Amino acid sequence: MQDPVTYSDGQIGRVEVKETTCYMCACRCGIRVHLRDGEVRYIDGNPKHPLNKGVICAKGSSGIMKQYSPGRLTRPLRRKPGAERGVSEFEAISWDEALEMLQERLAKLRAEDPKKFALFTGRDQMQALTGLFAKQFGTPNYAAHGGFCSVNMAAGLIYTVGGSFWEFGGPDLDRAKLFVMMGTAEDHHSNPLKMAISALKRRGGRFVSINPIRTGYSAIADEWVPIKPGTDGAFLLAVIHEIIKQGLFDREFLVQYTNAAELVVEDPERPDHGLFYRAEMHVEEGCFDPQNKLWWERELKRPISTHTPGADPRLMGQYELDDGTPVKPAFQLLKERVEQYTPEWAAAITGIPAETIRRLAHEMGVTARDQKIELPVKWTDCWDNEHESVTGNPVAFHAMRGLAAHSNGFHAIRALGILMTLLGTIDRPGGFRHKAPYPRPIPPCPKPPHGPEAVQPNTPLDGLPLGWPAKPEDLFVDDEGEAVRIDKAFSWEYPLSVHGLMHNVITNAWRGDPYPIDTLFLFMANMAWNSTMNTGEVRKMLVDKHPNGDYKIPFLVVCDTFASETVAFADLVLPDTSYLERHDALSMLDRPISEYDGPVDSVRIPVLPPKGECRPFQDVLIELGSRLKLPAFVKGDGSRKYRDYPDFIVNFETSPGSGIGFLAGWRGTSGDKVLKGEPNPKQWEMYAQNGCVFHHELPRSYQYMRNWNKGYLHWARAHGMIRYAEPITLHLYSEVLQKFRLAAQGKWPGRTPPERLRQRVETYFDPLPFYYDPLESQLIDARRYPLNALTQRPMAMYHSWDSQNAWLRQIHSHNYLFLSPSVGVEQGFADGDWVWVESPHGRVRCMCRFSEAVEPGTVWTWNAIGKAAGAWGLGAKADESTKGFLLNHLIAEELPPHEAGEHLSNADPVTGQAAWFDVRVRVYRAEPKEPGVTSPQFQPMPRLPGQEKRRGRWQAYMAGVFGKR
Amino acid sequence: MTQLALVIDLNVCVGCHACVTSCKEWNTSGWAGPMVDGNPYDESPTGTFFNRVQTFEIGTYPNTETVHFPKSCLHCEDPPCVPVCPTGASYKRSDNGIVLVDYDKCIGCKYCSWACPYGARELDEAQKVMKKCTLCVDRVTDPKLSERDRKPACVLACPTNARLYGDVHDPDSEVSVAIRERGGYQLMPEWGTKPANHYLPRRPTRMHIDQDELTRVDNPLRKEDLTTYTGEETLDDVAW
Amino acid sequence: MHPAFSVIFLTTLIGAGQGLFLAMVTGQLYAIARFLPAQEDQFYAVGSLVALCLLAAGLAASFFHLGRPERAWRAAAMWRSSWLSREVIVLPIVMVLVLAYGVAHWMEWTRPLFRVGESLQVDVTLLLGLVGTLASLVLFVCTAMIYAAVKFLEEWHTPLTVSNFIFFGAASGFMLAAAYSAYIGNPLVTFFGTWAVILTLVGLISRLMHLLRNARLKPNSNVQTAIGVRHSALVQKAQGATGGSFNTREFFHGQSDKTLGWVRIFYLLMVFPLPILLIGAAYASESPTLPIAAFAIQYLGLLAERWSFFAEARHPQNLYYQSVA
Repeated sequence: MQDPVTYSDGQIGRVEVKETTCYMCACRCGIRVHLRDGEVRYIDGNPKHPLNKGVICAKGSSGIMKQYSPGRLTRPLRRKPGAERGVSEFEAISWDEALEMLQERLAKLRAEDPKKFALFTGRDQMQALTGLFAKQFGTPNYAAHGGFCSVNMAAGLIYTVGGSFWEFGGPDLDRAKLFVMMGTAEDHHSNPLKMAISALKRRGGRFVSINPIRTGYSAIADEWVPIKPGTDGAFLLAVIHEIIKQGLFDREFLVQYTNAAELVVEDPERPDHGLFYRAEMHVEEGCFDPQNKLWWERELKRPISTHTPGADPRLMGQYELDDGTPVKPAFQLLKERVEQYTPEWAAAITGIPAETIRRLAHEMGVTARDQKIELPVKWTDCWDNEHESVTGNPVAFHAMRGLAAHSNGFHAIRALGILMTLLGTIDRPGGFRHKAPYPRPIPPCPKPPHGPEAVQPNTPLDGLPLGWPAKPEDLFVDDEGEAVRIDKAFSWEYPLSVHGLMHNVITNAWRGDPYPIDTLFLFMANMAWNSTMNTGEVRKMLVDKHPNGDYKIPFLVVCDTFASETVAFADLVLPDTSYLERHDALSMLDRPISEYDGPVDSVRIPVLPPKGECRPFQDVLIELGSRLKLPAFVKGDGSRKYRDYPDFIVNFETSPGSGIGFLAGWRGTSGDKVLKGEPNPKQWEMYAQNGCVFHHELPRSYQYMRNWNKGYLHWARAHGMIRYAEPITLHLYSEVLQKFRLAAQGKWPGRTPPERLRQRVETYFDPLPFYYDPLESQLIDARRYPLNALTQRPMAMYHSWDSQNAWLRQIHSHNYLFLSPSVGVEQGFADGDWVWVESPHGRVRCMCRFSEAVEPGTVWTWNAIGKAAGAWGLGAKADESTKGFLLNHLIAEELPPHEAGEHLSNADPVTGQAAWFDVRVRVYRAEPKEPGVTSPQFQPMPRLPGQEKRRGRWQAYMAGVFGKR
Repeated sequence: MTQLALVIDLNVCVGCHACVTSCKEWNTSGWAGPMVDGNPYDESPTGTFFNRVQTFEIGTYPNTETVHFPKSCLHCEDPPCVPVCPTGASYKRSDNGIVLVDYDKCIGCKYCSWACPYGARELDEAQKVMKKCTLCVDRVTDPKLSERDRKPACVLACPTNARLYGDVHDPDSEVSVAIRERGGYQLMPEWGTKPANHYLPRRPTRMHIDQDELTRVDNPLRKEDLTTYTGEETLDDVAW
Repeated sequence: MHPAFSVIFLTTLIGAGQGLFLAMVTGQLYAIARFLPAQEDQFYAVGSLVALCLLAAGLAASFFHLGRPERAWRAAAMWRSSWLSREVIVLPIVMVLVLAYGVAHWMEWTRPLFRVGESLQVDVTLLLGLVGTLASLVLFVCTAMIYAAVKFLEEWHTPLTVSNFIFFGAASGFMLAAAYSAYIGNPLVTFFGTWAVILTLVGLISRLMHLLRNARLKPNSNVQTAIGVRHSALVQKAQGATGGSFNTREFFHGQSDKTLGWVRIFYLLMVFPLPILLIGAAYASESPTLPIAAFAIQYLGLLAERWSFFAEARHPQNLYYQSVA
């Protein structure tokens, strides 16, 4: 064997290195793809990339096996005439046939009733284009997966602090001294967070994890605080209680930058009860928060305009204005609200001892108060106060789906936002930091359409399919107050469902409630398996027929890279490319990869030709848009405007001459402008020369306090990121919610909810956070189902994608139900035994694994490891289907019928966030005579035309040699 | 003599498996490759890996710790796997201390794997020769790579920088300093194999808040005049 | 450890082969010393041939253990450090000597070469027999030391492993010699049988001591030293691969403790009391078949014993492979 010291990697074949952006998960690290004779030899992190700085995760390193997976689709497929839907009998067709079929069908729908076309995408970082397509088509029935992912986190924080975690903001662990992570999901912003947590710990920072389960990042927490699922709100409210009781809040911050000191009308008889008292002054109409509110001046003992220089307002107390209006500062209302939420109260709910809650509150409050950071950065606030330095309170938080995926998640997350605000940590060093284009006004300006008239034949939608309602008039409802969208988003059932409710689309369309649709187009969304609740029933709905033999959902189009479970149900299958074969723009119009120090966006540039006949989905959309003559995709004469997606990315402007396009970098004809500028024909080349990433570092004086940073806000306005350079006051008290509550109480001059929903809206649109049991627990016999069931995402697997990956599946080929040994002792089963997990909606059989790292009232498993037999290019007896299982079978997509409705989504009543983690179960031993396979089982999915042959017993991958065999 | 090695910091390892697959992807197409995968798309998939991340639980609820534990060849200074090899396929390099297998000499007798207490060696079930971590010898000795890249793939990949790499015989190297200052230890020291790789233990950061720290003059509650004194008699009123 | 059938056959077959050869030489020595009636040279020649066949069969079995048997020749390289390498060298030497011994008898090369003292006439067969005996003993040691030298396999790392291999090999070889004698109706049945019984009993003592030792063995390593964390409650949850790996195949026998217990009882009966009883019965009944049965049963028992020998050994690497999740 050759001495490795003399060995050179180029011996086997010609090596070249290309830079692009990873998409093994949504984190989007910069990567270098090393090719040997055109085959992927090595993928490593791009050391020059601002996001991952050269590191890469398990998934990113396994991109090779995604590229060469036999699970890949390579040809457009049509369900064979006469074949039943769901049995995977397909015939390969040409792209021309596929596109003609689609064009004909969609043109007809667009001419008759555009909302009969529904486009839902599992992928939410392509919304700028998919959303544009839907709007141009004229259908409101469009969303990405946010509704079943983490919309509570987005909405809860954006409606409170004007930004949120992950793409829009995060914990500043470079400077934090105390980091508190609650129920996080390991897949979000994974590499940067791993890097940051490690650096924090190495610097001696303290890391506390509050989570029912100690896996993932929680493993290296300095303290693990187990909590019962769904009770995070109770914990946070008790911490707020203690912080206020001890006076550990940042008073100065609350006064200047939040609505804490602003006076709220406190008279239940008045129609403006619970709204801020607003002084009469001319206010320009806009979606920002006008500054015509009052403080109660301490010394003068009278009301005064907010931010009056030299004024020092009261945060507490109860006052009467000159006109006799009783008012209270918002902070006083918060204080009154949390008086009941003592640590002792929370201890009984959360399972965390009161002493621990108190101690953690003190750790947060004292660290924030006593370990202040001061940076020598001059800045000017919106009220023209010049500051010599930027200060910060080094307590940082992070949370994602663990808090979000509960029906009480919105208020829990509001409580988190309020806690971060009380500690004075918003966009300050060591606390929470925004990422461009955030902060945005609370709520941001885009609004959904306001009524059914927004949907017209052959006309783009009047409004954006998704937006940010600020008042009842912003809802998308008809005259009866009922939903216009198929998923009932922005209806009174889920007024702030800013990401839609993808999890109810199939059920609603099947039932024809609010109306039947014709074509459901799913892009990269595994709605017949792990991306749906109630999987077994949803699979039946997809094949259910009317008495006349027509399918209830007449036409299903699936675009995916892999033979997922959902592909089996398609009438038309479109093979998408892999991420190494496509152009992509990770756009500022969407969910970019910005850093705390300024906007960042990035692109993918193909490093390999598409496999087989795979075609990038974006090209397909642009092709369809051109064929259907959607205005944005054609010239005035109806001729095609964009050659393909790369051409579109370069030349598209949000409106003619706006200078805003998909990519922020190297704009202007010579590429010298940022964020805003004329299209640059060489934009792709410039991205390619710069590692496929554009990073605009803001001046340091614009990097902090951006909600109120005059310089930043004017810069952001000038560069088209924000409409107003007005301060973004933090909503400790949410007037937005109160407006909906007033409507439910009949006090709002405009729209009011339907009768059945009045009570619901009045209860859950509370301007201050409160704690309630998850909705499903209120409606079922919780004693019969004593355990909470959760899923966790393993760091080596993202969503459902990677079971087709020969390397990653070896780490997780099947999953176990993890539970406390005490459950086994009680139920008479042992570690490793087969057990049944039963919820009110179904049961699954699986193997169990005892664990001491889980709260005893919780059982959990890795998410989406279980697969239907034969899907994803796996053998019919692969572990994924025989030993792996899916918890989704146990989770209902709808709540049991109750007074608010027969078919309400199993979701947060404010945002429509799917309440995955509310499910309650019981676990018992499987009989010894039962077969040793998981249940339920499904008919194996056969290999599809165009899919590669089975690989056999051994696979030896060596780049440059593999494909030649 | 140089002894290259890894130092793995269990204090920051989150168990993400980045080192596992980055190792696989580098080495399967490298000097030590291919690394075959058995049943790659069927039941019980089982391939050759040079590095695994395992998970252990310490203690009982609620005082439980979860430890993620990456394990690869420790490149022992006194490697028991080397003298037992009947063909000389297993050897320890004298220039950098890396323990390697020459696949051309290996007869696949598996004896070296018996003689490794750590389970660091894996037989390639298709090629039928013994394989193991090479510390990416074909990277770390490749002068064509930049200095930054001349490290094992796992070290470059690791998002938490939990894998330090260097010469444990150089007292001033990053790895030696880490071992010295952060309690670096060896696995199964009872066997006297003198593993070159070391592990750094968990080091929790705790916080102590004194009761006094909760009471301060600048407590914002004072601004709201929320004192508890309401005028009742005190010693100040009655005593001299 | 996972019992490797190639190795089980290798060690038991060559053990019996070496034992048979030792029996032949012992028979010849006794005959020279006139404690036994002299035998036809054919007797030794055929006996050696059988021994050679067993050695060859063992060698053939060993090839099944190798991943790359075509390179087996390379295994002779590291005799300075590797017992396996030494075995690879000594085994062919023994085979050559056994062959030569058999050929010498067959060719009746019995003309004395020299004389020692008054009565001992040394011929080629005697010389080859003695050298072969020495080589056989060395081979026993080499084979056994392959196992006994692995200090991590504490169940094996004892001189008792060497004595087991020697006595089991010798016992089965003498038993085979008895069977051989019975088969050809030779009066040496009692001689070989008695030696076989003696060797079997010594083997029993050795094996019982081995079992006793192993039962008391406190493993040097534990999961605490394996990952370097001190805590009494330390449990693996995930070994990092759910579909198994070389480490889970090579080092685990995959059988229950109950099965292990049954196998132990099985071989303790098959190797020790049953053959002894059969040989005893053969003396009484002068049956020509019982000694053959005694050997067959003992050999079967030895297969089980060797299987058990592997299964008993707990490799410290197993501490890293305790749980799939």
